[in-house]
Amino acid sequence: VYPSATSLGDTKLITLLPGEGIGPECMDSLVSVFGAANVPVEFEAYHIPEPEKGLPSAIVDAVNRNRLVMKGPFHTPYGFQGTSINILLRRGFDLFANVVHVFPIPGVKAKYDNIDIVLVRENTEGEYSGLEHSAVDGVVESLKIVTEEHSLRIAEYAFRYAMRNNRKKVTCVHKANILKSADGLFLECARQVASKYPFIEFESMIVDATCMRMVSQPQHFDVVLLPNLYGNIVGSVATSLGGGTGLFPGANIGPSGAMFEQGVRHAGKGIAGKGIANPTATILAGVMMLRYLKMFDFADFIQDAVTEVYENTDIRTPDMGGRATTKEFTAAIIEKMEEIMAELA
Amino acid sequence: SSSVASPTDALHTVVLIPGDGIGPEISEAVKKVFAAARVPIQWEEHLISTKNVVPGQDLIPSTALDAIRRHGYGIKGPLETPIGKGHKSLNLTLRQALGLYANVRPCRTVPGIRTKFDHVDVVTIRENTEGEYVGLEHEVVPGVVESLKVITRSASERGARFAFEFARQNKRRRVTAVHKASVLKLSDGMFLECCRRTAKEYPDIEFREALIELCCGYLISQPQRYDVLVLTNLAGDIVSDLAAGLVGGLGLTASLNKGEHTVLAEAVHGTAPDIAGKDLANPTALLLSAVMMLREMNLHDHADRIERAIYTVIKEGKNLTGDLGGKARCSEYTRAIIDKL
Ligand SMILES: Nc1ncnc2c1ncn2[C@@H]1O[C@H](COP(=O)(O)OP(=O)(O)OP(=O)(O)O)[C@@H](O)[C@H]1O
Ligand SMILES: Nc1ncnc2c1ncn2[C@@H]1O[C@H](COP(=O)(O)OP(=O)(O)OP(=O)(O)O)[C@@H](O)[C@H]1O
Ligand SMILES: [Mg+2]
Ligand SMILES: [Mg+2]
Repeated sequence: VYPSATSLGDTKLITLLPGEGIGPECMDSLVSVFGAANVPVEFEAYHIPEPEKGLPSAIVDAVNRNRLVMKGPFHTPYGFQGTSINILLRRGFDLFANVVHVFPIPGVKAKYDNIDIVLVRENTEGEYSGLEHSAVDGVVESLKIVTEEHSLRIAEYAFRYAMRNNRKKVTCVHKANILKSADGLFLECARQVASKYPFIEFESMIVDATCMRMVSQPQHFDVVLLPNLYGNIVGSVATSLGGGTGLFPGANIGPSGAMFEQGVRHAGKGIAGKGIANPTATILAGVMMLRYLKMFDFADFIQDAVTEVYENTDIRTPDMGGRATTKEFTAAIIEKMEEIMAELA
Repeated sequence: SSSVASPTDALHTVVLIPGDGIGPEISEAVKKVFAAARVPIQWEEHLISTKNVVPGQDLIPSTALDAIRRHGYGIKGPLETPIGKGHKSLNLTLRQALGLYANVRPCRTVPGIRTKFDHVDVVTIRENTEGEYVGLEHEVVPGVVESLKVITRSASERGARFAFEFARQNKRRRVTAVHKASVLKLSDGMFLECCRRTAKEYPDIEFREALIELCCGYLISQPQRYDVLVLTNLAGDIVSDLAAGLVGGLGLTASLNKGEHTVLAEAVHGTAPDIAGKDLANPTALLLSAVMMLREMNLHDHADRIERAIYTVIKEGKNLTGDLGGKARCSEYTRAIIDKL
């Protein structure tokens, strides 16, 4: 996480894209929590009525102006031939690093204790190039692109992240025994960067072995560096082990801005509109954003309140085995914030 | 075939490729257990190894390939693969040369093996011939590499059909196609289309679809969702290892490759160079793979007996190898299985 560009004291303008599915419900929750905490930020919400038509220019302008986005998920239907909003945002604003943090939340039952994994995923190329074609009927080719420039950039980010957050090890995930050139290049770049950080342990691991190791010994992992698609898969494995998709935050970091969202980006169409989505991941993504903005006090305050709810109440949304609605869960967090304030006063 | 086979006619020949690292030790275990169980097969050994690869010559000698084609059945231990450079994977070469188009890997919770995940009972069916494994990669300009994933309708249909046939024959209820068609719209899109179309011909089997990352997440939190999974090549590789991890690791899970006329049983774990030659390896994966092969040969009684002996020894827990938290040597564990027979 790099320091913010503007001086403290300004009210930050944040572009809010509630997205689809459970996005709007979770975003409402985030806005209420930020409001109750009196965080000095202001949200500019934009609704995208037709996501399949791409990013409206007003939003492009807003993102370029604010360079900070809180985003809900955008669902990509299978038949859809265009480029999804998610990919347009990531590529358009060069948000090359996707960072997902899975960590122990007291009171949440994870598959293992002490899982604390940061996934650093290349967010712009690889299998997500969108380059596919059918040479003859019944034969399709799909291109995976790996460049030295982007591989070095993401590796560099992973090691700096590790250094600044006092992490001890970076694991580079790949399939270079089969994709000798493409994943071989990704791995080679990681090695090259690793040599500049001798105080951080470096190892490489094949993607299938990584999944197996993660479900049997997740404590082995610290910072994990991944190409795009493996990041999607391993990220889902890690959040599931940590207690659930609805819990963990993610950030997309670029050279001139950042976008925050639920770590594993699911539209949750099955439960959308029912008011029962778990807003935790979205709220914690907001917390990540506050740390990005160096508003550490607000970040800690909100995170403490969320933790309090899990640790000292049995208020849970259905995905965590409870019966609370999104609103009830949000109210519980706000109540905890008031308690914390009262104690301080 | 003829109605009454003489004992010698019934003696199948199976090609054995012990492989690198722990390969020879675990192959020895298979031979011992099969001998003790009086399985009516004889072995024809072929020593294929990364060490024997000569630049410019065939990676796998044609004598070995011909033997497997002729006899129809083979078992192989792990073969080492150089990373990022060097020759192509020998495992992959074998699969491609023999047209082994489907890989079957059952992963079921094993009584006696404690993991954090209960009620796992999935079989991954992996398309084995194309996808990311076609080996088409090139450097466009310095620092930019392209890698091709190739999906064909014919291979996808064949894989899908295999999965549904497998489900039917093994009395499985549901087939789930695992894909990433939200991003790989054409390639995984076509694979998914083929699965959907094939599903219509199997109304007795329930059909579902799952995005690969959701499937991986749910395998951890709700494995009961899944029964038979059908996947493209790399996705199958990843998900099958994940599933193996849920039930105790690669040392325990069987794997079978099937082609039109050929069956190759193989342990999917690596060569484990750290413990090679020390009599510490766990031979269960190769043994259970060999058991799968016996079923393909219609030697069901032998298969059942050996499998029962293996699971009994594991459940009793007195003779487990180091990877399962025990202290037994490979040979001791093998002995215990033979005693159960
Ligand atoms: N924040 C959240 N709160 C609660 N559940 C969530 C959250 N995010 C994702 N999920 C759950 O994760 C799962 C995957 O969501 P996704 O939108 O990708 O799939 P879906 O097709 O909508 O859902 P399903 O496969 O269950 O029908 C869903 O079961 C969804 O309910
Ligand atoms: N059958 C087995 N019995 C016991 N331990 C095993 C077995 N297979 C793998 N292991 C252990 O699992 C770990 C990883 O195994 P693996 O064989 O993949 O090693 P590797 O170094 O990746 O080999 P390769 O280069 O052939 O892939 C090793 O530490 C090994 O000791
Ligand atoms: Mg594998
Ligand atoms: Mg290995």
